[in-house]
Amino acid sequence: MVSFCQFVLLGFFSFFLFWVFSPPPALAQERPYFVAYDHYLEEPGNLEIEYFSTYGTQRSGNNFHAFWTEFEYGATAWWTTEFYLDGQTTFHDSTLFTGFRWENRFRLLKREHFINPVLYVEYENKNGADKILKEGEGHDLESDFLVSNAEARKEHIHEAELKLILSSTFKGWNFTENTLAAKNLSNSPWEFGYALGASRPLALKASAKRCTFCPQNFIGGVEMYGGLGDRHNFGLHDTSHYLAPVLAWNLPSGWTLRISPGFGLNDNSHRFLMRWGVSREITGFGSMVSRLFGGQR
Amino acid sequence: MKAVSAALAVSTSFLAVSVVLAQSRSSGKPPGGAAPKYDPAIYAELQKAPEKARNRTNPLQNDPDAVAAGAILFEQHCAECHGNSAEGSRKAPSLQVPEVQTATPGTLFWLLTNGVVRKKMPVWSKLPEPQRWQLVRYIKSLGGPATPGDSPVPKP
Repeated sequence: MVSFCQFVLLGFFSFFLFWVFSPPPALAQERPYFVAYDHYLEEPGNLEIEYFSTYGTQRSGNNFHAFWTEFEYGATAWWTTEFYLDGQTTFHDSTLFTGFRWENRFRLLKREHFINPVLYVEYENKNGADKILKEGEGHDLESDFLVSNAEARKEHIHEAELKLILSSTFKGWNFTENTLAAKNLSNSPWEFGYALGASRPLALKASAKRCTFCPQNFIGGVEMYGGLGDRHNFGLHDTSHYLAPVLAWNLPSGWTLRISPGFGLNDNSHRFLMRWGVSREITGFGSMVSRLFGGQR
Repeated sequence: MKAVSAALAVSTSFLAVSVVLAQSRSSGKPPGGAAPKYDPAIYAELQKAPEKARNRTNPLQNDPDAVAAGAILFEQHCAECHGNSAEGSRKAPSLQVPEVQTATPGTLFWLLTNGVVRKKMPVWSKLPEPQRWQLVRYIKSLGGPATPGDSPVPKP
């Protein structure tokens, strides 16, 4: 347990160092979604560090607080790669590290179109106690979380996940539709899921003065996500679904704050999920690393 | 325990990178390095704008605040690569050159919207349309006051 605390403390300390010493940040124009993805990738050479939390209620069991940290890097203008570390605390039970994920998103078309496809490829190495609910897939149910952490962590999951992200921007609105196919690399069937999102900045024109509370710094919207069963039993039977308003606040200092209360839409879903997150974009991270090794990127 | 050790290792590496970056930051070098030699071929992408896009007029052409707002947007989103005064860097070309300054507002808007993703210029359609037009007003103002509202503003 001490090691886990050290891990968390080191994470916060690293975050603090970046905050204090990192170059002047770009104003992040981040999506407000927690689950859905739009077609905008990280700018090349930029690193975004993100921390997210999910507080979830649990019927007939203990509520939980799941959290994850993301390191999102713009490798090119058409490829973003991301590394996640996940953990969770189940109240009256324990706190544990639940695994890591490596995600890649590839923009498929050179130019902007009415519908913009992005291919998402992810590898997950996690245990059965993972509760971040970063996607809805297969027959994931609230009752799956009743198992104690000690029991759940014994299950090791190596999973590949593919998503097709179709996203459009129209009159300031972003509309996105994600379809998901996930395969546990052991002998399990393909599982499916979806996420839908719509969002818009509160103002479309930028202010001529620097401001923290200008409406263009806030992006509001809604997302909906859930499972679609698996290869043997496709459909809505025994699946969970959520609807969640989302709000992001892009501060001029380079920080982005997000919040999203989520509501389960059926008896298989957690009744309530409260998500929040904080992130900061580090511009020119790739160049700085390159210069450290003598490059002239 | 193995997983926690791995997490600790990752976190410690991250900490080390943070410290090294902090030190490199204090060296005071500009992020993009010096501007490259002028190469007109870099601007060939501007010629690819479709005629319909080229002929679009800037709906904020007469907005008195557009240049000032565009200057702030430029600093927040573009200066890292194009330089604080759009003079260019190793990462991205100058926007003060005639190829850019003589391009129509519609052409610049088209390029901002579509990016040049194979050459590291991101798609900027994540900025709402009015903000892209504000950026166009600012970029055009760098070539001198073409219209009364286009006089360059001091860097904020």
